[in-house]
Order: sequence, then C-alpha cells, then structure tokens
Amino acid sequence: MHVHFLDPYQDLRSPVHALDARVKLVLALVFILVVSLTPNGAWASLLLLFAVAVSAVLLAGLNVGYVLRRAGLALPFALAALPLVFTAPGARIELGATGISLSQIGIERLLSIFFKSYVSMQMAIVLASATSFPDLLQAMRAIRLPKLLVAIFGLMWRYLFVLVDEAMRLLRARDSRSGALDAARNVGGSISWRARSAGGMAGNLFMRSFERGDRIYDAMAARGYDGEVRSMRHPALSAQSLRVLVAGLVLLSVLFALPRLFA
Amino acid sequence: MLSSPAQMHVPDGFLTTTVSIVLWVLAVLAIVVALRRVGNDLGERQVPLMGVLAACIFAGQMLNFPVAGGTSGHLIGAALAAILLGPWAGILVLACVTGIQALIFQDGGLLAMGSNIVNMGVVSVFTAWGVYRIVQMAARGARWGMIVGGFAAAWISVVVASMAAALQLAASGASPANVAIPTMAGVHMLIGIGEGLITVGALSFLAATRRDLVSHDKTAAVAGRGVWIAGLVLAIGLAVASPLASTHPDGLERVAADIGFLDRAQSSPYKIFSDYMIPGIHNQALSTIVAGVVGVLLVFVVAYGVARMRRGANTAS
Repeated sequence: MHVHFLDPYQDLRSPVHALDARVKLVLALVFILVVSLTPNGAWASLLLLFAVAVSAVLLAGLNVGYVLRRAGLALPFALAALPLVFTAPGARIELGATGISLSQIGIERLLSIFFKSYVSMQMAIVLASATSFPDLLQAMRAIRLPKLLVAIFGLMWRYLFVLVDEAMRLLRARDSRSGALDAARNVGGSISWRARSAGGMAGNLFMRSFERGDRIYDAMAARGYDGEVRSMRHPALSAQSLRVLVAGLVLLSVLFALPRLFA
Repeated sequence: MLSSPAQMHVPDGFLTTTVSIVLWVLAVLAIVVALRRVGNDLGERQVPLMGVLAACIFAGQMLNFPVAGGTSGHLIGAALAAILLGPWAGILVLACVTGIQALIFQDGGLLAMGSNIVNMGVVSVFTAWGVYRIVQMAARGARWGMIVGGFAAAWISVVVASMAAALQLAASGASPANVAIPTMAGVHMLIGIGEGLITVGALSFLAATRRDLVSHDKTAAVAGRGVWIAGLVLAIGLAVASPLASTHPDGLERVAADIGFLDRAQSSPYKIFSDYMIPGIHNQALSTIVAGVVGVLLVFVVAYGVARMRRGANTAS
C-alpha cells in the first residue's frame, strides 16, 4: 500500500500554484504574524483577514468546504481556553438565577482565539496544498535556513512515506494475528503486554530505519557524497513574483495598521 | 490517523506574538547549538540517518495499542530519540518532525512552531535524556536501569513538556494557569504511561536485537557539561514557575498586562476560583518554590557526584 494520500499537496493549475514558493512562504508567514498581532475583539479586522484567507483558497482553486472543514481540526485545542470565560477579570454577565457569571473580556478573548486559530490554519492549508514539498525546501534554503537542517528535512520527506508504509505494515500484521484491535474484548492479553508488543513494533521500526539510514549513507557515499549538500541555485525572483510579494506585503501592512488606526 | 496522539501541538492563535517570538528565538538557538554539536561530533554519516530517523519517529507515532473504552496509547517518541541518539541529534530529529507536522499537516501552528519545537524537541529531549542518564548511573549497567530509566524518562518528559506548553498558554493569557497547568499535567500523566510502556518495549526489543544501539558510550561523551547545566536550568525553571503560576493564576497575566499585550484588568466582583485569595498564600508559594529548587539541586548534586565517582572508579580500575 502506498500512502501518498497523506500528502496534502494538490496538483492544480492556479495563480497560487504558479507563484514562486519563496513568495508564498513569506506571505503566509507574514499573514499569520498579522493575524497574531491583531488585537482581541477587533472583529472588523479579523473578518477582513478571514476574507483574505478565503480569497487565497479560491485563487488556489481549492475546495472551500474542504479547507473550512480541515481548518477546524485545531479547534478542540480551544478547550484549553474555555475556562477564561469564567476566570478572566472585567465586567460580568450574570446567567439568570444560576449564580454563574461570565466575563465579557473572557468571552471576547476566547472567541478571538478561536477565530485567529481558524484563520491562521486556513492560510497554512493553502500553503501546504498549493506548494510541493521540494519547492518548499528550496524556499527554506532561500530564507537562509541552515543547509544541514534543510538536508535533514529533505531526506525525512523522501523516506516519510516509505516508513509510514512500514509502520502500517506492522500494524496490519498485528491486526491479522490478533483478530482485530478490540479493546472491549481484551484482545491480546493484558494492557502491559499489548503496550510491550506495540513497543516491540516501535523498536523494530527504529532498527529498520537505522539500518536503512546506514544503507542510504553508503549509497550516497558511493555516489560522491562528502557531507556537503549541494543543490541547484535558485533563480532570482521574477518581476512578476516581486510585484505579488510587494502587493501582498502592502495589503498585509494595511490590515496590520487598520485596527490601530480605528481603535 | 494523523491526529496528534497528545493535544500538545499548540496551534496558531493561542500564543501572543511576544511569547511566540521569544520561543522561536529559543528554538533557533537550540537548533543552532545542536547543529554545531552534531556536525562536530557525529559527522556526515549522521545526515541521512537523522532524516530517516525523523521519518521513523513520524511514522512511529501511528503505532498504538488499545487501552480501554476505545482509547489507545500512542508513541510520541521524544524519549526514545533522546535515549538512542543523545540529546543533540534528538533535538534535531524532533525539530524536523515538529516542523513537517506544522508545515504539511497543520498539526501545530507556524508561528507557534517555535513553542512546539521547544516543548517537544528541547524540553522533552533534555528531560528524557537527563532522567535516563541519572537512572543509568544509579543502575550501574544493570538491566533494570534500562527498563526503569526508559519508563521514567518517557513519562517525565511527556509531563514536563505538557507543563511547559501549559505555562506558555498561561503566559499568553489563553488559559488561566491554575486550570491549564494541573489539567495538562494531569492528562499527560496518563498519556505518559502509554508512552513509557512503549518506550520500554522498544528499548527491550533493541537490546535483544541490536545491543550496540542501546549502549551509551558514544552519546555520553557527546553530551558533557552543557547538557547537565541545561537540564538543571530547565528543571529549576519549571519548579519555580509551576507552583508560582498555579497559586497565582493571575500572576502571569498580570505580567503580560503590564507589558501591555493584554486587556487591562479590572477587579472582578465575583470569582469562581477564589482559593488563591487566601491570605498568606505568598509564603506558601514561596516555600513550595524553595522546596522545589532545593530538591532539584539535591538530585543534580547527587547525580553529578555519582557520575564523578563512577568515572573515577572506571579510570582507576
């Protein structure tokens, strides 16, 4: 089985796909920074940022429903912020005769966190869906990430699917031997026994990876690898990409300034 | 399937910009030091190996085992990486795993990536490695050292990393500290058990098949004094911060408000969590902190002393 379905990259033709990966990476990061810098409760600005994110989704030709659903993945984490409704200081809203009171600031902060998280997530999805990983690696080099780190990233990506396949083979082998993973029927002995067998699988995966890593090194050494990772020089930014970059940065600085002008 | 085993990946939107950037700086510093150490000590052979091992940890997070009532235990892998690779390579591998999870699978935010690298890469790797080494020294190479050390390293690293995440959320005003820290730590005390059991299983498997991978002579030499100091600082930092934060849930927020990135607080007429208003809590928090610091120092002095004595004994014999 091949698990390429894991890769969220969607091979489409769109202006966003065609855009230089360096520009996309920088704009996406600045967008998320601007979202983070928007004050809590500045709903007009947050709505504008949401509109920008949805426009990016549309421009990239992605399915809007898919992105909106997927962006909700992080929302369960917001449970961590839920107690703010009760504990934050400031004016209170009494809930009838229940004796429970909610903090206005707390509610505002909670909703802002929800919204910011959701909008940032959308842009991250656009970036991942419209940029192939090799392009992203090039962009990482271009924004001066250490060579060694980018090399590790690249190798990790190359073997990610191989090892996920391997992990899934291990899981399938276990499932076929113990019927199925069924906690209710207590398949396969005690919990600690099950944990140890899962541990054995992890150890097995680790050992195989270790040996694979050695083999890869030997193969690379045989082909002239000397510790230096060489990659093609990335071409200069085209005038078109530069225009998009500048326009995007101007738009984002306006969005950054708006809540501060009208506060 | 790709949902993170533990809700420890902080998404974007939860941390304030200041907190995110401070943690990014810490993450970059740790990665730069780790790159230098790995480059100097381990050499070119490590690059493909670390790429494959990062992929291995990522894939290994799919391995699970059923516990009860439809829940399952998962591998997170920070402790396993720290024990098998040593702290520096462990940090690089975990940083790459965290990076790919955020960039490609949106598991954790991009601006929050610094925080996630610090929690899951730096904090958990250092803690796991320190705990494992201490137990190893106490065990003097006996087999129980690997089992107890592996379990303790995995469990403690998961709990400490979750506390670090909770502390950052509290410092950002995204969650009250007296709720976030006990809840996160409590949940991860359970998750940590699964992690510990799997880690021990993996270590026993490797000890039986590839003993050379589990033996520690290489990585022990690599680490040296810096790691001891880093571990000490981390442990003391958390010992100070956690009781302070959870007895003064507004303390961190007050700092944040003073710096100016939170809405200014007014006194509230009603409080649900009013226990921290008890007079005299200052002393209680202080005594907890002092006790924590003294305890941590004692453990490290003893561990360091044992390590020194062991080294002396080895060279003498």
